Amino acid sequence: MSKVRIEVLDRREFLITSGAAVAALVALTNGALAKKPATEVLNELTKGAKPAEGKVKLEMPEIAENGAKVRTKITVESPMTPEDYCKSVAIIAPKNPATFVGKFNFTPDSGRAYVSTNIRLAETQEVWAVAEMSDGKFYIGKATVKVTVGGCGG
Amino acid sequence: MAKPRVRVPKKAKKGEIIEIKTLIKHKMQRATKDKKTGKPIPRNIIHTFEAKFNGKAFFTGNWDTGISADPYCAFNHRVQESGEYEFVWKDDAGKTYTAKAKIEVA
Repeated sequence: MSKVRIEVLDRREFLITSGAAVAALVALTNGALAKKPATEVLNELTKGAKPAEGKVKLEMPEIAENGAKVRTKITVESPMTPEDYCKSVAIIAPKNPATFVGKFNFTPDSGRAYVSTNIRLAETQEVWAVAEMSDGKFYIGKATVKVTVGGCGG
Repeated sequence: MAKPRVRVPKKAKKGEIIEIKTLIKHKMQRATKDKKTGKPIPRNIIHTFEAKFNGKAFFTGNWDTGISADPYCAFNHRVQESGEYEFVWKDDAGKTYTAKAKIEVA
């Protein structure tokens, strides 16, 4: 009789532990699939450095009726000479399912650190443009866009 | 599916900074599931864009799913000599699309 009880306990214990293992696995998978937070993307881009405000002009509409296509213009103040130029500018949309939107790379031959494109915005948010200069410094520009209809099919 | 369109001025002065406009028809498909069947739809976006002048890349893009369908991209180039532009788009399906344009320095 007592033996049977032990067996029952063992099975229960097994169920509890295996249940916990499954829960842990689900949590892990969810973690991997979840979006990378914008701050993490920013840290990866700047290699941990904190970008300074200024130099980056991010032009976006205040209100976007359609989040699927939001005109985004970025101009970075830079002489664009071989000695001193803007290397790249990246767009981060912190509230999008994928926070990293894209990166545009310049060379001194670009003449101007300028790019105009269309991006998707899932919801109203503050968008970041992060510029990397040839001297290793980083600058950030921000713009808030009110989105009436989300652009990520949600 | 994809058909690139580019706008490059035909002529420029030496040292002039010109604007180039590019557009390509592409769905920029995010990885998702079919709403009816639940079957997974793989990601197929243009992830790489390159603008070259006389064979040398001067502007490139690394794009993610946040770039809108039918990606539009305008940028600048400082023209020093006559030559040919080549624009290249690469997508997840392994396809490469190219467009070319000539410019003359007066």
